[in-house]
Amino acid sequence: MDLVQLQRQLVDYKTSLYNEGFLDEQFTQLQELQDENNPDFVVEVVSLFFEDSERLLNELTKALEQQSVDFKRVDAHVHQLKGSSSSIGAQRVQKVCIAFRNYCEEQNIEGCVKCLQQVRHEYSLVKTKLESMFQLQQQILSAGGSIPM
Amino acid sequence: MAVNGAVTWLRRAEEIDGYDLSASDSEEVHVLAVDDSLVDRKVIERLLKITSCRVTAVDSGRRALQFLGLDEEKEANGFDGLKVDLIITDYCMPGMTGYELLKKVKESSAFREIPVVIMSSENVVARIDRCLEEGAEDFIVKPVKLSDVKRIIDYMTTDFREGEERRGGINKRKIRDDGDDRSSSSPPSTSPSSSSSPSTPCSPSALDSPTRRLKMTSFEEHIFTNKN
Repeated sequence: MDLVQLQRQLVDYKTSLYNEGFLDEQFTQLQELQDENNPDFVVEVVSLFFEDSERLLNELTKALEQQSVDFKRVDAHVHQLKGSSSSIGAQRVQKVCIAFRNYCEEQNIEGCVKCLQQVRHEYSLVKTKLESMFQLQQQILSAGGSIPM
Repeated sequence: MAVNGAVTWLRRAEEIDGYDLSASDSEEVHVLAVDDSLVDRKVIERLLKITSCRVTAVDSGRRALQFLGLDEEKEANGFDGLKVDLIITDYCMPGMTGYELLKKVKESSAFREIPVVIMSSENVVARIDRCLEEGAEDFIVKPVKLSDVKRIIDYMTTDFREGEERRGGINKRKIRDDGDDRSSSSPPSTSPSSSSSPSTPCSPSALDSPTRRLKMTSFEEHIFTNKN
């Protein structure tokens, strides 16, 4: 595939991520903070988000497996996940977190377990998509091209 | 222009507090950013650097106080590091909330002149109100954007030249109304967020009651109308 085609593919892919609600304008904000002196800023922030999310998802799993669930603790983790997903523009993850917090407030264990499944799912989707996007970007850069923004 | 403003402000603070600021030659605005989220720290750091600020990012209110030299209620007589020109802190943090940090800074004779900006993902009007009354300069609803940071840095550096009376007015208002506020709400000494881990999330509490009267100056109105 030639450079122009790759660049077009990237633009189309990004557009679909926004259209499908995976990403919102906060992601665009992050991209605007990247420049020649900080060319890896977005990848770095997103990598931190991945690490942080995986930690939180593990904590959530453990917390919901307890005999007596500590909903305040669960809510605290979801609050963090909601915050970081919002900060990078991972809209679908953020939305599940909002529903998740409501179940925490109601102390609804089933609702929480369902939301955990959903948030894991949304997280893994957005992770895959962002990784694909970064790969495309890398291909373009390796081919000597620049990333269309 | 912004640079001159920052320097003017530093000199002004020197007159007020009589502190020796000669160690701080830097014309850059030095911001202390406080946030327990690694992702958010990375973002705020970048936002501030783009706005030509020097940034120190810490992960807790406790560390912020340590950096300032205010840990364990001991007040510093001198500065080991660079003077801090602005504190920008998350509201919801385990241990010490941003609100508690704000109070500690404003209660300190050494640091009360440092403007404090609060960030929060929760757009709770009563919370915003409470922070402003406690002396916060501004309140940013997360996720933080470049325009939010630019606005803060801009008015921080021009505000002191043009609006010192107004700023004094905000502080005066706080002192005058302090007695009224304390008597009309439950004691704020028991923070709505628990200080033990695991952290209690910052859900709206009785203190965030919508019946608390909003006191808005045109400055504060500007914050609310810009939020959406």
